[in-house]
Parts: sequence; structure tokens; C-alpha cells
Amino acid sequence: MTMRRWLFLSPAVMFTVVAGYFFWGLNPERDPRAVPSALIDKPVPAFELPPLDGIDRPGLATADLTGGQVTLVNFFASWCIPCRAEHPLLMDLAEAGTLPVIGINYRDKPAAARRWLDQLGNPYGRIGADQGGRTAIDWGVSGVPETFVIDGSGRIRYQHIGPMSRWDLENKILPLVEELSR
Amino acid sequence: MTGGARMRARLRAAAVALVLLAPAGGALAVQPDEVLGDPVLEQRARALSKVIRCLVCQNESIDTSNADLARDLRILVRERLTAGDSDDQVLDYLVARYGEFVLLRPRMTPANYLLWFGPAVVLVLGGAGIALFLRRRQAASAPGDLNAEERARLARLLDEGPGSE
Repeated sequence: MTMRRWLFLSPAVMFTVVAGYFFWGLNPERDPRAVPSALIDKPVPAFELPPLDGIDRPGLATADLTGGQVTLVNFFASWCIPCRAEHPLLMDLAEAGTLPVIGINYRDKPAAARRWLDQLGNPYGRIGADQGGRTAIDWGVSGVPETFVIDGSGRIRYQHIGPMSRWDLENKILPLVEELSR
Repeated sequence: MTGGARMRARLRAAAVALVLLAPAGGALAVQPDEVLGDPVLEQRARALSKVIRCLVCQNESIDTSNADLARDLRILVRERLTAGDSDDQVLDYLVARYGEFVLLRPRMTPANYLLWFGPAVVLVLGGAGIALFLRRRQAASAPGDLNAEERARLARLLDEGPGSE
């Protein structure tokens, strides 16, 4: 008899499970396009990038990120509109001197990148020019902008896909930077 | 404009239209300069490209996507194959960077068993449920054997034949 009762209840149970799944799926905070990061806690990939032509900043290689300091690495391009949106945040960070901000210029024309930096300001202490986009693949970058937090030992601790908002910076990135710097 | 010139202009317009419409049929994202000289390697590259997700467009493979990243990945796949990587090594290389999300065909690993076998399990369970239900219903509606009294009555009726009662 109890078995029977369970059978009668099973449609209601199934409905609850399915409805719960849909409810979870409808959460506005959830980004269905978000790609889970594969490189978290992995060492920075081996790479070496030349400096950006005509900008007075050194290029970038793996060794520059293992110096014992927490750093922010930002992939950007002059043709990328969301990069423009997050640029003021990077300027603020660089101005405050919270941590070194490093740029990787992704699939860009040097002249266009120069113009962009002249116009909006240059927050980057180093800029690697990734014209072929190969370094971006090694970093698991699927588009610009993306921002990484690298700890002192050169491990990737956080990957932010898409433009950072001030909220992301204050609630996700800066607390992590503080924790890693301790 | 003479008649001949007009005709020629019209033909040229038709040719332009055909060229513009052609890609709509069999869209091919692979550019001629990407294609490898070795047809066997190229074949493998094409097969691999069909199961690698373009991370920009997300529901398209890099074989059909025109995104810059897809092109970079196609070239990368070809470079790795030329360097002597096996198909699995190429996929591993990408999974190490982009996670399993980059694979359009999920791997047969324990974490993915539910994904692979879930539908079959649901089918078997559902089928078993239906079979059980049908069998029970049949058992409930099938007439039981006659008891001794009923058998005797049946025999009597058959003996007497029609029209005698």
C-alpha cells in the first residue's frame, strides 16, 4: 500500500524536480553564456610577447609574472567596445597603485592601439602585443576583455570574462587581491 | 547604351548575384590559406574542427564559424597535427586551456556518464514501468479458471445441445 502511495506521488515529485531546475535556470544572476575557467590555480602559461610598437612600455613574458607580486593582467583591444567601458576602472587602479596592471593587446594594429591609449590613458605598466592571438589561446581567452589575477608565485587565481564593472572590481577582484597579498 | 551593352551589364549583374548568393548554400569558413597540403592531415583537421566549439559563437563548431578566434583555433589544430600530435592530444591541448566546454561532443568520462546514459536509463525505467502496468492490468482483467461447479454446469449445457432448455 505504501508503495502504491509513492507511485501516486511520483508525478508531483517529478514536477517539483523539473520546476526547481527551471527556477534555477531563470535566476537573473546566472549567465548562461559563462564559460567555466579551466586555468584557475594553474601556473601562467609559457609565453613571450614583444612590446607594443611606439609605446614606452616593456613587453611581457612568463617570468615577469612570477616575481612574488600579485598582478592584474588585462586582455584588451582598441576595436573592443566593452574594453572602452572598463578602461576607467583600470585607470583608477593604476592611479591608486593597488597592484601592477599589465596589458596584453589582442589582435590589434599597433597604430590603433597607440591611438586608443593616447586618447584614454595608459594604465598598463607593461604591454605585450599579441597580434597573432596565440598567447590568448594559451591563456584560455575567448574574447576581449578578459582580466586575470595572478598571485605572487605566478598562478592564475581568477579569470574575469567580459568587462569588469565597478561592482566586480570591489566585490570580487580587490578582496581576492587583498587576500593574496597578505 | 546599346542593346548588347545592356545585355552584358545584365549578365554581369547576374554573375555578381550568383557569387553573392553562393556562400548561403554551403557556408565554408575554412579559408584556402588554412588548408594543409597533406590531404590525410587536412581530413583529420576538418573532422576535429567539427567537434571543437567556437567559444565566441558557442553553439557553432570552429569548422563553420567565421570568428577570428575560430580561425586561430583551426590554424592551431593544423599546426599541432603537422607537429605530430594525435587527435586526442590536440583535444587535450584545448581542454587544458578552455575546459571541456570546448568539446561539442562530451567525453566518455565518469563525470559525463549521466549525460551519456541518462536518456537510456530513463527509457529503460519508463519502459519497465509501462510493462509492469500493462501486465498487472492484464492479470486483473483475465478470467480465472472455472471452479468445479461451473465446469459441471458448462458440461451439462454442452451435452444438452441447443434449443433443449
